[in-house]
Formats: sequence, C-alpha cells, structure tokens
Amino acid sequence: MDGPPMDGFGRLADTFFNAEVAARYWPDILAGVWITIGLGIAVSIAGLAFGVALAILRAMQRPWLALPIIAFADIMRALPPLVIIIVFFFAFPLIGISMSAFMSTWLALTLVLAAYAEESVWGGILSLPRGQSEAARSTGLTWGQTMSAVVLPQAFRVALPPLTNRVIAVSKNVALGSVVALSEVLNNAQSATSTAGNPTPLTMAAAAYLAIFIPAMLFARRLETRMQWRV
Amino acid sequence: MTAPPILELAMLELVGLRKAYGSLEVLRGIDLRVHPGEMVCVVGPSGSGKSSMLRCCNRLEESTGGQVVVDGVDITKPGVDINTVRQRIGMVFQQFNLYPHLTALGNVTLALRKVQNKPGPEAEKLGLAALERVGLADKAHAHPAQLSGGQQQRVAIARAIVLEPKLMLFDEPTSALDPETVGEVLKVMRELRESGMTMLVVTHEMGFARAAADRVIFMDAGAIVEEGPPAEVFGAPKHDRTRAFLARYTGGH
Repeated sequence: MDGPPMDGFGRLADTFFNAEVAARYWPDILAGVWITIGLGIAVSIAGLAFGVALAILRAMQRPWLALPIIAFADIMRALPPLVIIIVFFFAFPLIGISMSAFMSTWLALTLVLAAYAEESVWGGILSLPRGQSEAARSTGLTWGQTMSAVVLPQAFRVALPPLTNRVIAVSKNVALGSVVALSEVLNNAQSATSTAGNPTPLTMAAAAYLAIFIPAMLFARRLETRMQWRV
Repeated sequence: MTAPPILELAMLELVGLRKAYGSLEVLRGIDLRVHPGEMVCVVGPSGSGKSSMLRCCNRLEESTGGQVVVDGVDITKPGVDINTVRQRIGMVFQQFNLYPHLTALGNVTLALRKVQNKPGPEAEKLGLAALERVGLADKAHAHPAQLSGGQQQRVAIARAIVLEPKLMLFDEPTSALDPETVGEVLKVMRELRESGMTMLVVTHEMGFARAAADRVIFMDAGAIVEEGPPAEVFGAPKHDRTRAFLARYTGGH
C-alpha cells in the first residue's frame, strides 16, 4: 500500500475495516448470509418439530419407545456437532449415502437441536403436576387431546427459555458447515480473506452474525416475557 | 332418609372392588351402592383407600378385581369407551387441578369444545351458565392464579357439572383450602345436592358429612367398616375403629 505512514489506529482500520476490500467482497458475504439464515431457519423448524415429536413419543411411556429416544438424545448431545457433520459428509458416501454440504450440515444440526429440544420439552412435561392430565382425562379428553390442549401448552412455557437459547446456539453452528465447504457466511469470509490478503471480510462476517442473531435474541426474549405474562 | 327400594337401579355400584399394588392391597373387596340423587360421604383415616376407591370409579386408577357399574354399565369391562363414560362422571380434586394457562371460562369449556365438539359460542353460553351456578360468572375471564383457592375449586366444580354428569366424585375437595374459603365450596356442593345430583364425597369435613350426607361410609384399611345415616355413624358408631377415628376428629375440634 502506498501513501503516508499510518499510526496504530490507521493500520487497524486499514486491516480490518478496509472499505475497498469490503466493497469488493460484500456480494460474497451477502450470499453467505442468505445460506446461513436459510439453513438456520431450516434447522430450527425441523429440529424443534422432531424434538417435540420425540418428547411426545417419550411421554407415551412405552420403554421400547423411550429407551431409543433417551439414547438418541444423549448421544447427540454428547458428540461435537462438527463430528456429526463430518461423518455425514465424508463417511456416509462410503456406505452409499451421499449428501451435499448443505444437506449434511442441515441434518447434523437438526438432529442435535432435536436432541436438546426433546430434553427441554420432556423436562417441561415432567414439571407438570399429574393432576393436570388427570383432570383433563376425567372430563373425557383422550390422551392426545390432553397432550395438545393441556400438557404441551404448559410444557412449552417451561421449556421456552432453554429452547430459545438452544435454537440460537445450534443455528450459530451453521458456521461449522465451513469444514465441508458449505458457502455460508464464515466460509465465504475466510476464502475472501485469503484471496484479498486482508481480514476485512472476517469483520464483515462478524457484523453479519450480529445482524442475524441479535434480532433473533430480541425476538426470543420478547417471546419469553410474553409467555410468562400469561400465567 | 329412608332406604331406597332395593330394586331401584343404583347410579353407582361397586361389587367386590379390589385394588392392589403388587402384594400391597389398598382395596379389599368394596361393595357399595349409591342411588340416584343420593349424597354419600366417605370418611376414614389417610391410607384407608378412600381416594383409591373414588379414583377407580372413573378408572383414573384401574381396579385389580371386582366391578364398577355406573348407571347400569360395568365400566371395567374391556371394550368400554372410557372417554364417553367419563363425560357422565364429574370429578373434583383436592388440588383443584385447574389448567393455569386457560381462563376460568376456558377451563370450563375445554371438554365441551374438544370432546363434545360444541361450537365456540354455544360452549361459552353453557360455560357461563355453569360458572353462574357456582357464583363465579364475573370471574369468567380470570386466570386460575388470580382466583382464591375457594374460587378455583368452584371453577373446578363448574368444569365438571358443565358436562351434565349423572354422578359427581369429590376427592377431599376442601382439604387444600384456607379455612375461610371452605364454606363457599361446601355451599356449592349443598346446592348441587339439592338439585338432585348423585354425589360420592371423600372428605375430612365431619360437620359437613354429618349435616348434609344421606349416608356416611367409614373406611379403614381398604374395607368399609361401617355405614349408615350420619346420625348413626357419628352419633352411635358400632365399631371400635369408627369410635377411635371419630374421637380423634371431634377431640381435635
């Protein structure tokens, strides 16, 4: 770079907040943002739905159903999500199951979120006094009606704070998809950084994460206070 | 009250009802008939099996032997649609068990909407009428947490009677209440009795049982020890165990 010598702040600005580099690479970052948002939403929806379904199955109190669910939840919570992504992307093709980077990241994170969601919702179900479902059953509601109208609405309220935390934490892990060359924000930023020889794209990636997740957190907080209010 | 004629169909009939958890027998062959319009109070020490007996009457607990005949139907038979049967048997619990996420009206109308598929406006009309009967129409839109214990229990009674049951089961309905709210719940129960409802009431309120019951059952150790009109059971108990139990209660007051 030509020009007059720069002080420390000038160098910092030139290295991490370089307008020229930013202008050149922002389309790449933006493309990554859409992947991250899309995958984050897809993981949240599928993971929550699957996790809630598992919690409901576990509530049926059949050991042959409950034991595999407990095993699944424990294994998925114990393994690093990175390992699961790598297994789906690199190991599964060897047994004839090939998945795109998007697919393997989505599937891995969905299973992880489902495991946590199952535990949270199950905890919520367990926290209810038995009298709640007994009262509902005594008025003729079926098991399923009792579940959907009485048990789950209350279990969700208990489970909501851990659920929202986990949804955000797992969605953030979309960045792990960079190991299987998924073109999400962080991966695109890293490639741009190497090409440009300047880390400004990483700064942009950080800004993109803040822009995505701070609104998500605010929304989660609003949801939590709204739900508490209605006791 | 004179005994109903023997041929009259009982609203509730327990025949040799047994309940055991493994080798622990909590009900050792209960025979009991409750006639239409009758209010029977069940008293006895804790652990005597009163609540288990009551909970077998709508199969919240499954009996391990004997029959439960409600309005002529043996509900312990396989193939009985228990959810249909339960709409005809109201139950009121010690802990009220109102749904905290619904309003009083929501609590009362839930089964109307979900089980009987009544449209919203009709369910609300019936629900309000039931709340009116327990004197709480003005609290229709309050959540349970905003109501006193006595009010919650009255909503719970409304939730049961809105389905127009033929039989009401009360499981220690006033045991979890502050003393000052016991009276309002007993008053609602008395009114229900006067309207002709058939009621089986497990209670520790000896004064209420004595004043309002048609018949009192004293249970101990999973069996009926003594039964008769309240004046007899309370005034001249025949069995030592009844006397000992009543002495503890009346002595304490």
